[in-house]
Amino acid sequence: MSSPRVKNRPRTAKSPPAQTDSLEPERLLHFYRQMVEIRRFEERAARAYTQAEIGGYCHLNLGEEATVVGLMSALESSDYLFTNYREHGYALGRGIAPGRIMAELYGRSDGVSKGWGGSMHLFDMGARLLGGYGIVGGQIPLATGAALAIDYVSGPEAVMCIMGEGTTNIGAFHESLNIAALWGLPIVYVVINNGLGMGTTVEKSSAEPDIYKRAASYRMASARVDGNDPLAVRDAAQSALASARSGKPFLLEATSKRLRGHSVVDPAKYRTPAEAAALKDADPVAGFAARLGAAGLLGEDDIARIDVQALLMVQEAVDFAEASPHPTVDTLFDYTYASPVPNDSRRLPGDPLFEPSAYPQTGHQA
Amino acid sequence: MTIMTYRQALHDTLAAEMRRDSDVFLIGEEIGVFEGAYKITQGMLAEFGEKRVRDAPIAEEGFTGAAIGAAMLGLRPVVEIMTINFSLIALDQIVNHAAKIYGMFGGQAKVPLVIRTPGGGGQQLGATHSQNIELFYAFIPGMKVVAPSSPADAKALLLAAIRDDDPVLFLENLALYNTKGEVPDDNTPAEIGRAAVTRQGADITVVSYSRMAAVALDVANQLAESDGIDVEVVDLRSLRPLDRETIIASVKKTHCAVVLEDDWLTYGIGAEIAATISDGAFDWLDAPVRRVAMAEVPMPYAKSLETAAMPSAQDAKEAIRQTLAAVARRS
Repeated sequence: MSSPRVKNRPRTAKSPPAQTDSLEPERLLHFYRQMVEIRRFEERAARAYTQAEIGGYCHLNLGEEATVVGLMSALESSDYLFTNYREHGYALGRGIAPGRIMAELYGRSDGVSKGWGGSMHLFDMGARLLGGYGIVGGQIPLATGAALAIDYVSGPEAVMCIMGEGTTNIGAFHESLNIAALWGLPIVYVVINNGLGMGTTVEKSSAEPDIYKRAASYRMASARVDGNDPLAVRDAAQSALASARSGKPFLLEATSKRLRGHSVVDPAKYRTPAEAAALKDADPVAGFAARLGAAGLLGEDDIARIDVQALLMVQEAVDFAEASPHPTVDTLFDYTYASPVPNDSRRLPGDPLFEPSAYPQTGHQA
Repeated sequence: MTIMTYRQALHDTLAAEMRRDSDVFLIGEEIGVFEGAYKITQGMLAEFGEKRVRDAPIAEEGFTGAAIGAAMLGLRPVVEIMTINFSLIALDQIVNHAAKIYGMFGGQAKVPLVIRTPGGGGQQLGATHSQNIELFYAFIPGMKVVAPSSPADAKALLLAAIRDDDPVLFLENLALYNTKGEVPDDNTPAEIGRAAVTRQGADITVVSYSRMAAVALDVANQLAESDGIDVEVVDLRSLRPLDRETIIASVKKTHCAVVLEDDWLTYGIGAEIAATISDGAFDWLDAPVRRVAMAEVPMPYAKSLETAAMPSAQDAKEAIRQTLAAVARRS
């Protein structure tokens, strides 16, 4: 084992100041463009869902765009990402072709998971997006194990493991943070705190609603950052990743608002009219546009042009998805086992276990 | 060939695989400093060090899940869960993750993971520590479940499990650890998914696995001696995939069958075997398939009650004699 690393002291960091001025304009515009792309992609996914082109559950990153872009820009391409079922934006952020993501939502064979995963289970080994998990908290032990594997071979990579704030109440969260801190694993746990489970508030579900403080139980460093500020998120994530790479895992909490319901079908009636109205002010895309506008970096023409380009990207993704073939039934048994194994069943539901065979006429005479 | 215990065969095989492949590492509770609750990992910490023999905190979901994640990145972890009863705490990681990751992501990530864990009663450990719940895992496509009944199979199946690219639940048994047998010196892995006919016979088929497959072999030899009954013993060895062909071939020869199982009868493996025989050898069958299984109670502590609840060699003999009597009545 790697020699036990220096244990961390709990600390809380305020959001680093957003350094709009220190970044080159093209970089800032790129952030904005990515946020708009996620926004338009998710809106189109919602439409396709209501048109029954997308099945199952469909959870959107609307309201989370700044966090997505900030986090993803902090990762090296060789780092690993584990996340939950609200992950379309993260897949875009890892550079996966939008058409392959949309094709997965459509359940087509060109989807990132070949149509086996759907919205909740996007996976791309090449992009080091290691899922996409539909079970709340299921990704946390796995991500911790990926960090263990990196540590085992003394690799330079780090793991980022994303979850919602409701997930921090599950046992797997606490077991994993304990293990990561004990063994000094290179992992950053990121909690997206949008204040709501499905409809249950963080105050009603977490006895310590300041989620980042939970790291103290494991002597793990932690911080909370404004998830509506992509630059602050990026800076905080970079610090957290640097800590992780030095053998000090980190818990980062990013706060933002979920602009719609829990999933596409949720009308979010548990929100009061005042809460619903306040969401307008919490829109990170509009907020970042205003900020760049105030800095003289983004005009109305730019906003319109970027929007048209994003809509075009999304339309191309939909076209790709629609053109992609449905998986054929002869592939149904292709992925049960990685190592071929005798007596692996390939029976379809109506098939008999055995072909009928006649009792031999000259057979057993009792 | 070397005569050794089931425990020794497991220990030696694990150590040999660790020496052969540096990607193989062990993780579990009390496997290092304490050398394992059942001493399978004796001496391993000293030989391989902390990195490869990881004492985990008491967090089955956490460390089993971590092993799955490490396997996704190409390592070959061997998890020890102290007894199969505790695997329930890791059920989500095993069933919803280890067994799903290869298929759910379209074959992009393999999970070459072994979970070693003993089941079985008879040690007066009471209701929560004496269960035979391996079928929970055998129910799940994506899992492979193997259950050696002899030291030789302990070696051959463990070699196969470690070298396999899928998650394998490797079922050990508390009552088998001290049993002895001949173990081949060569390192040929067994083929997962194949049953073994451990005794050829003409009169009746006995289907079993793990501890009860060892009991079946003893019973068969005793009945040959005492009653002149020629029992064929099918040791399943692999619960998923299930080798139905070997069962059917045997029943087509003997025309009757008894299943010996340490799990509970209702929904147990005997139900699956009986249904298989009904589907594949109905016309050959001369008597109903008989099941010998655990009494349907939580395992009691008191020795008198525990003994009564568990299937015994005597139960097996009676079921075999009664099944053959039923065959005779039909002729």
